[in-house]
Amino acid sequence: MKFLPETVLALALLAGGAQAQVVVGDGIPQPLTETAGDPARGRAIVASRQRGLCLLCHTGPFPEERFQGNLAPTLAGAGSRSTPAQLRLRLVDPRRLNPDSIMPPYFSTEGLTRVGANWVAKTVLTAQEIEDVIAFLSTLRE
Amino acid sequence: MRRLACLLLLLPAAALADERRSGSTYMSAETQAMQKDDTANPGMLWVQDGAALWSRKPAADKKACADCHGDAAASMKGVAARYPAFDAEQGRPVDLATRINLCREKHQQAAPFAAESESLLGLSAWLGLQSRGLPISPDPDPRSEPFREAGRRLYEQRMGQLNFACAQCHDDNAGKRLAGSVIPQAHPTGYPIYRLEWQGMGSLQRRLRNCMTGVRAEPFAYGAPEMVELELFLMSRAAGMTVETPGVRP
Ligand code: HEC
Ligand code: HEC
Repeated sequence: MKFLPETVLALALLAGGAQAQVVVGDGIPQPLTETAGDPARGRAIVASRQRGLCLLCHTGPFPEERFQGNLAPTLAGAGSRSTPAQLRLRLVDPRRLNPDSIMPPYFSTEGLTRVGANWVAKTVLTAQEIEDVIAFLSTLRE
Repeated sequence: MRRLACLLLLLPAAALADERRSGSTYMSAETQAMQKDDTANPGMLWVQDGAALWSRKPAADKKACADCHGDAAASMKGVAARYPAFDAEQGRPVDLATRINLCREKHQQAAPFAAESESLLGLSAWLGLQSRGLPISPDPDPRSEPFREAGRRLYEQRMGQLNFACAQCHDDNAGKRLAGSVIPQAHPTGYPIYRLEWQGMGSLQRRLRNCMTGVRAEPFAYGAPEMVELELFLMSRAAGMTVETPGVRP
């Protein structure tokens, strides 16, 4: 995974009422919420075409989902390849890891253009949903 | 990616291995067969409506399209393959639908057709058919050039909550699967199209609005300058490819 030159960076993200997030190295060690993520809810979010949208691009261990995209690496083994902190930064704003990434920023409203009226000033996922997804991805080990 | 697009504009298509593919080539054999067979292609129903409208007077004392333009097979051949085209009176390029409506207002003293109305789609499909089999030949008027450039910039600009540019899907990831759909190269070869998912006919701009709402961007309005700019750019990118109107899509 690519490191950004700056090691510590405070992103004050007001969206979703979340606390300030501190980027350390290539991750965000501090959870976004007090409540621990729920892997079952996380799985549902990842598999959902309306909420997570992950399977538009990624494949993964979801035998019940027929249509999975192939624009991105598989999510299988994501929990072995990345720490929760790395997963958190990856989801909050993948542009921090790779400015050219096509993966959408799930918890940032910065630097976007022509956002549709229904989505203005909203993040794709809420802070708690991000934590649920991280909890689920961390169970994907190989 | 950008360099390739420029090369394609500068060189005659035959001078380089042409990797461009019409969206129809990604379709199942059945859907391709449906597009090719005029008796099975649902878009032909709109073509027939358009043919009727072509020779119908909007009112007894008004002229029909055919009264000015005569036989469409002769006078309209190649027109759809060239649009959007620069209009000196408007001071900017206009798309084919706008051209039809300008004729309605100026020469037929009739109300313009609404965007995506059956009449406008019918006439557009009828005009499109007069270019079927001909190469896409973008407007050569140099005054269109800055608008085409603006279209290229829009094509490369990320937009929406999901932060995607057209180019990221249609240049960088064409041929791959976005969930169940193969991402085509976005060549406007078959418009207006009959889309099975819509159970109806739709213009290129309807398609573009779908892509924009897909990335949760605010879509440009029908006929908006940005739409015409995007169309101009897409037509140049597809220069030399064959017009297939009326296309069918899944
Ligand atoms: C539009 C495409 C797209 C969507 C939607 C998307 N991703 Fe990604 N994702 C990527 C790409 C491409 C990469 C590869 C790294 C890069 O280019 O940023 C990636 C990388 C990742 C990685 C790191 C993989 C590894 O093995 O290193 C994880 C984990 C991940 N995504 C999880 C998710 C989750 C969870 C969701 C939904 C909540 C999601 N992604 C939605 C495109 C996407
Ligand atoms: C996230 C991916 C994505 C983005 C971004 C996107 N599109 Fe598309 N586009 C598609 C897919 C997938 C299709 C195929 C239709 C379908 O299955 O929904 C398509 C279809 C098209 C077509 C129809 C091609 C044909 O053969 O009929 C055109 C033209 C097009 N897009 C242009 C654009 C333009 C212009 C933009 C930017 C304003 C854009 N697209 C943004 C995914 C995208």
